[in-house]
Amino acid sequence: MLTALSLVIGALLLLGLAAVPLAPRAAGARLVHGGCVAACVLLVVLAIWALLAGGGAVLALPFGPPWGRALLALDGLSAWFLLVLGVTGAIASLYAMARPPARPGAVPPYPLFLAGMVLTVAAADAFTLMFGFEVMSLASWALVAADHAQAENRRAARLYLMMAALSAACLVPAFGLLAGHAGGFSFAALRAAPPTGWLAGGVLLLGLLGAGSKAGLAPLHSWQPMVYPAAPSHVTALMSGAMAKVALYVLARLLLDLCGPAQPLWWGVPLLVVGAVSAVLGALRATLEDDTKVLLACSSIENIGLITIGLGLALAFRGADLGPLAALAAGAALLHILNHGVFKTLLFLVAGSVLASAGSRRLDRLGGLIHAMPVTAGCALVGIAAAAALPPLSGFASEWLLLQALLAGWRTGDIGFQVLAAAGTALAAMATALAAAAMVRLFGLVFLGRPRTPRGAGAHEVGRLERWALLIPAGLTLLLGLLPGPMLALAQPALMALLGPAAMAPAQGFALLGGTGEAAAWYLPLALLAALAVAGLLVLLAVRARSPLETRRGPVWNGGFINAPDYLPFGDPLSQPSAGGFAQPLRSMLGTSLLAARQRVDMPRPGETRAAGYTASFADPAFGWLVVPAARLRDAVAKRCETLRDFSVRRCLSLGFGTLLALLALLAWLEAH
Amino acid sequence: MQTLAGLLTQALHLALVLLAAPLVVGCTRWLKARMMGRRGAPPWQPVRDLAKLLRKRPVLAENASLVSEAAPYIAVVTTLVALALVPSFAQGMAFAPLGDLLLVAGLLALARVALVLAGMDVGTAFGGMGAAREVSFSAFAEPALLVAVLSFAILAGSTNLDLVAATFRDGQLGLRVSLALAAIAMLAVALADNARMPVDNPGTHLELTMVHEAMLLESSGRHLALWEFQAALKLELWLALLAAVFLPFGTAAAGAGPLAWGLGLLAWLVKMAGLTLALAVFESAIAKMRVFRVPEFLGAALLLALLAAALLFVSTGLA
Repeated sequence: MLTALSLVIGALLLLGLAAVPLAPRAAGARLVHGGCVAACVLLVVLAIWALLAGGGAVLALPFGPPWGRALLALDGLSAWFLLVLGVTGAIASLYAMARPPARPGAVPPYPLFLAGMVLTVAAADAFTLMFGFEVMSLASWALVAADHAQAENRRAARLYLMMAALSAACLVPAFGLLAGHAGGFSFAALRAAPPTGWLAGGVLLLGLLGAGSKAGLAPLHSWQPMVYPAAPSHVTALMSGAMAKVALYVLARLLLDLCGPAQPLWWGVPLLVVGAVSAVLGALRATLEDDTKVLLACSSIENIGLITIGLGLALAFRGADLGPLAALAAGAALLHILNHGVFKTLLFLVAGSVLASAGSRRLDRLGGLIHAMPVTAGCALVGIAAAAALPPLSGFASEWLLLQALLAGWRTGDIGFQVLAAAGTALAAMATALAAAAMVRLFGLVFLGRPRTPRGAGAHEVGRLERWALLIPAGLTLLLGLLPGPMLALAQPALMALLGPAAMAPAQGFALLGGTGEAAAWYLPLALLAALAVAGLLVLLAVRARSPLETRRGPVWNGGFINAPDYLPFGDPLSQPSAGGFAQPLRSMLGTSLLAARQRVDMPRPGETRAAGYTASFADPAFGWLVVPAARLRDAVAKRCETLRDFSVRRCLSLGFGTLLALLALLAWLEAH
Repeated sequence: MQTLAGLLTQALHLALVLLAAPLVVGCTRWLKARMMGRRGAPPWQPVRDLAKLLRKRPVLAENASLVSEAAPYIAVVTTLVALALVPSFAQGMAFAPLGDLLLVAGLLALARVALVLAGMDVGTAFGGMGAAREVSFSAFAEPALLVAVLSFAILAGSTNLDLVAATFRDGQLGLRVSLALAAIAMLAVALADNARMPVDNPGTHLELTMVHEAMLLESSGRHLALWEFQAALKLELWLALLAAVFLPFGTAAAGAGPLAWGLGLLAWLVKMAGLTLALAVFESAIAKMRVFRVPEFLGAALLLALLAAALLFVSTGLA
């Protein structure tokens, strides 16, 4: 199994090399992406095999760092993330086959990106994990920077590179702290010597910073809404669907597995707080943004926040010796990782199809696409319903489990944590409702209503292969919503890897189980679907028996509003809600306090002939308080370093000599202690 | 035997709620009219209205999509299934294991999304405005509801509605301050979700501040009948939910015989009549608030619910 996995990684690397000559031709690019589809399907098979058969073996590759060999293993946790990676990767690659990226430069890094993620997830020692993580970061940077002709893409790529450097700068010392304490880099050695005291606190802080910045947790989330739109659509789908999950894998591996089971209750608190803040902030931004991909990126932040809440609760419950509840929280996180991976991939691909067919990402230039692109609209409807956590789709199942875990937070018995869990419940519920608002706004403005531009009116349905690339994830979203129980049973080895061999998945047959014992709450999606279907049929028959007349079409009533004149073929544009207009209530209710939203009405005085004006804006506080000062600091440091260039030979030599002396002094001091 | 009784009570419950739904709306309107010194239409007027609307031919806008046609059915069906989960006269119905409060909230959210999408389908200004306000209010109502549910989950140990109702009826909970606070929070959420005063005015059809009716301006014929019926079902659902959780006495226990069912039915009718009267009195006494004061209203509900939970933490911590 592990040999096959290493062969797949090797094949992906070779595919990356072969892509260099193949990429300029459309058939070549299609071939490369077809190879990626095959590799990802193989990954899915391997992951399911590992989950069913159990894989404790470790494979030592015949090469590695100078002090040993690189180790690969597929335990439950790795296999579960490999499954998510394979599914999202296969869908994104299939889409790329149907619609290869416009620039050939975006083809060769794509297999490397996949290979890096596989290597990260399958690594069994810290060095291999960090190596895979860096390959993933650099390859995805190359994909973001592929379309570098536009200034905003260059800016996004630069910011992305800085964030990648930051996460490496945090994760390397985090693993370093662990390895220095344990005396080895392999996960088995790290696990054998769990850190305690300030060492554990340092690992928690660095791991949260390093993996959290890659996953897009507040306050280090502000790169995502800039970077995701810059990459080609299938790459964005993979970055949100898989790469953010790989970062979460590192977080879960580091904090839940390698740091040992003996960590205290408060370990979950930072994750809970960061997750809740990310969820609300991301969802609120998603309701205000007016670019489809930016909106979806913000929704990703929200979902990553929800998953982090689940991981934090799992840590806290484990610290309080509440095994079944820890399994409930971790099960919610694992299930949401898979569900979000699939439906967010679907939504990003839909955004890509809309961009290609209707020519814009801006909500204010789209509209009415349900008539021109019915299949895409149907798939989008499934995706937004799952993202809005509506039963019986997949998003509801995992968020139901998460809310059940939050509602059980009071069982820890610690009043501080109880209050925190109650606040977390309120914030998670608000994030869910805001996400529903954002998704409804997305679908309503893009697919419903009237076209807003002539270019948008000329949209057409996507091609056959591309249609399949949308239909498959839509079908998977439906299936995952109906079969959360079997999926959690499949995730059982991952739960055991996180929480120890006693962990039981919170599922029974086809049902999900919240709480414990007699008083457990059930969620039975299949029974719900049957009830909905029967009731739907009966209502339809009853209504049509009493009301047999067919519908008639007429001009829109619109409260008696006068029809638009002939020179406005799409009606009066101002009488249709705009992206800013739809966001206005939430902007003034929540945005003013949380996102510093401002609106200015410029009303001419009576008699003046100039036009009235209205401007609204908002700013993410994390950007102004964190990214801008950091960039300013970087510029200042760079300017100071620039003066080194003008040094004379004498000063350069003395600088080198001084450094040598300082290092020797440090060495002498270390020897003495 | 138990299964048979469960199925029978479930069927009777469904028939009961389907019959009672238009009457709840009609009674509220009639009571409000009497209190304002008008004679008012009889309580069964909504039934006549529904029959009339069903007979009429529905007219759709030229650019209406399938959403406009399917949304009213989806909304009615989801609300109906949610209502089937809320116990009325008896507990232990066939759907009781499904009856989870989070699922009820999820089904109501599904109905809301159907309504909002129908409001945006033809791209009219009114529909879009109503949709934007509806989803904005839900962002405040949802957390208040969930935190109120937290109080029940602490006391009953579960979010299953049947278990919560049974615990509150049989358990020696007594009068708790925290439950009173949670009840106020639930009432505020119920008013907002049903587009009643002071959040929205159900009595008007064209007003700049309206929310719910704005999304229905393009519906006619059976589509409008379905929407009206859905609103009636939702109002009944919330009243039945409040009755089941906060006024649990008189409900027949699981496995009880027909006599207990009869008593339970009587108790349920009295409870629903009382709640309808309270709603009518409240709506007649209060004025509608400005749209941008609604977050304060629902935010206060959220704070009360949080306070209820915090009181429970303290009291369970001491015990």
